[in-house]
This record gives sequence, C-alpha cells and structure tokens, in this order.
Amino acid sequence: MLKIKVLGPGCANCKRVEQIARSEVEKLGVAAEIEKITDYAQIMAYGVMSTPGLVIDGKVVAYGRIPTNQEVTNWLIAAQN
Amino acid sequence: MSSQKITLTPPRKSGWQLPALVLLLGVVWLLVWPQLQAIADWLTYDLIGLLPETRLGESVNFFLYDVPKILMLLAGMIFLVTFIRSFFSPEQTRAALGGRREGVGNVLAAGLGVLTPFCSCSAVPLFIGFVESGIPLGVTFSFLIATPVVNEIALAMLFGLFGWQIAGLYLVSGLTIAVVGGMIIGRLHPEQYVEEFVWQVKVGQTGDVTYKPTWDDRIRDAGRSAKEIVGKVWPFVVIGIGIGAGIHGYVPEDFLVNVMGREAWWSVPTAVLLGIPLYANAAGIIPVVHALMEKGAALGTVLAFMMSVVALSLPEMLILKRVIKLRLIAIFIGIVAVAIIFTGYLFNWVIG
Repeated sequence: MLKIKVLGPGCANCKRVEQIARSEVEKLGVAAEIEKITDYAQIMAYGVMSTPGLVIDGKVVAYGRIPTNQEVTNWLIAAQN
Repeated sequence: MSSQKITLTPPRKSGWQLPALVLLLGVVWLLVWPQLQAIADWLTYDLIGLLPETRLGESVNFFLYDVPKILMLLAGMIFLVTFIRSFFSPEQTRAALGGRREGVGNVLAAGLGVLTPFCSCSAVPLFIGFVESGIPLGVTFSFLIATPVVNEIALAMLFGLFGWQIAGLYLVSGLTIAVVGGMIIGRLHPEQYVEEFVWQVKVGQTGDVTYKPTWDDRIRDAGRSAKEIVGKVWPFVVIGIGIGAGIHGYVPEDFLVNVMGREAWWSVPTAVLLGIPLYANAAGIIPVVHALMEKGAALGTVLAFMMSVVALSLPEMLILKRVIKLRLIAIFIGIVAVAIIFTGYLFNWVIG
C-alpha cells in the first residue's frame, strides 16, 4: 500500500497534482492511499516551501511545479519495487 | 494487480526539434507584427467597407488592430517570461537572500520577486520559509510587494500600447516601491505582528529531490503557460479593447482633461482608493486606460489606477492573514497605496 500525499493549501495547481496522482494510480492499478495535506506546519515539515508538493511513501518527489503523468507513473513504479 | 508489463521510460533528452519550432514561430511573429495596422485597415475599409474618418470606422479599425496585437504580445511575452523564470526558484531565492543585510537585501529581494516563479497560494509557505531561514522581515516584504506590483501581463500590455519607455517606468517604479516599502516595514518592528506559530515551525529537509529541467521542459512549460494564460484572459482583452474602441471613436478629445488631467490634483488619490477594492485583470483594464489617456487623462493618474487595481487585491492580501496580524496587512496595503499615489504624482509632474 503506497501512501501518497499532496501538499498544498488547495489552489488550482494542487488540485491538478492530486488529479494526476489519482489517474496514474488507477491506470497502474496499484494500491494506494491519497491524502491531501493543507496544514502549513505539516507542509513545511517536509521542507517544501513552494507548493504543490508530492510525497510518495514519505519521500518528497516533486515540489513547486506540476509533474507530468509519466513522471508520476515512474515514481509510483519505483516506490512499489 | 500489477501484472501488466510497464517499463520505466528513460529520461528524455532535448532534441533540436522544439528549439527549431520556437525559432520558426518567433520569425513568423516578427514578420506578422509590423503588418498588423495594414491588415486592420484592409479589413475595416476594404473588406467591411467602412469609411475612414468616421466614428464607426475609427472604432472598428482600432478594435481590429488592437485585439490581434495585444494577444500576440501577451503570448510572446508570457512565453519569454516563463522561460526566463524557469531558471529561478523560491528555494534558490531564499538561499540568495539568506544573510543579506537590509538595503542590499531589499534591492535583491525586489528584483528576485519579479523573477521568481511563484503562485499566490504559495505565499504562506514562502513567508514561513523566509522567516525561518533568518531573512529580515523587511527584506521578505520587499519580495512580497514586488511580486504583485510588477505584474508581467501589465508589463507586456504597457510595452505594446505605450512603448518601452512607459513599460520601463512602470518596472522601475514598481521595484522602487518594493524596496522602499520593505525598508519602511522593516523599521516598524514588524516581528510583533507575526503570528506566534510561525516562529515555531520546523522546516524539514526535502532530501535529494533535485529537478533539473531540460531545455525541452523549459520550452514546453513556457508554451503551456502562454497558452493557458492567453486562453484565460482573451475575453477580458476583447471586452477591454471593445470598451476602449468605443471611447476612442465616440468620446470627444480632451473630454477627461478636467476630471483626470494633471491639473486635477485629487484625481491620483481617488484613482488609487477606487482601485483597492476593484480587482480586474490587467489584460482587460489596460486597453480602457489607454483609450482614456487619448482623451486627456494624465499618465500618472492612469498608471496609479492600474497599479492599484492590479497590485492591491484584497483576497490575495488576506491569504497572509494566516501568518501575520491584520494590523500588518493594513500597514502593508497603506504603504503600497501611498507609494503608488506618490508615483502617480511623480509621473504627472515629470511627463507633461
């Protein structure tokens, strides 16, 4: 079970990242739990200053930009292995 | 579940195709640009058959010239700005500002505020990140003022409609407001207005995430944001130019001299106060402002109005309420408003 976290207060960019993560998880058919982190102190605890951020299994994989679907797929596969 | 065979794609390399495409589009852009007036004339007077020197003819011609011109300019400028900004990041900016004294720090922060890509919903984490790494609050505010005051869309529109001198004046005065405003806030012991929890936040480490965009990535991102922004603002541009075209054709010359001219001293503060609650898109407001100026409104008055509308947007300011007390937000708005009024007078005085 992968634990995916989307860091961001909930603006349009953060929602896009969440969407991408959801669609890639579904496409790959991996078991994953997606959680949105909107609390600033928690976001900062990951060292992320520019939102949106994406965390897979406790590891920050991207922040301050919207990753591509292909990138997210790659990270999901890497995290699963 | 994961029985499908999925392979990791190798990291993409940049080829020559995308840069070549950008170059080609750039050449087409440069070839079409000088022909826009001729195209608009042909459309208005030959194709539609309106007569020059008539009100309707002038209005339609103005509209058909300005719409493609502004849209081309926006697309080109946003592409360029996004591309340049891809070389900066809030993290690098924070590192560059760390350990700077006031003064130098304020100037650097204002400049980086313009260059650093940053979405308004990142304002709070960015603020905490700056504070945590020991950047003085006055310097942080120079950054936070520069970001909205120097708006890239406004800059592009001013350049297209008024020429590089006025766009340059706008840029320089915006930067000056950010530097001076940040320095004043720094003197007011703003620490007391920062919410308690900010000082307690522990900023973690992101670990080994280093994103190095390739040239193709930068070009693709720039293209995407140009498409996105133009796609979002074009209705405002068309409406704004429509109103501007009406003013251009139907409002008599010098009509506004008494109300918005440079002799009317009260017009600058009024324009700024009116602009604070108003929040309009720079893309829509500038064509209107352009037409007003043709009818006798003074440049300083009009620029002050535009800066106030674009920079002082209450919803965006209130995002900061999570980290600073309302009192400091009020001081922030007050200082920027006064600085804009001052800029308005300065322009009215310098450019007669």
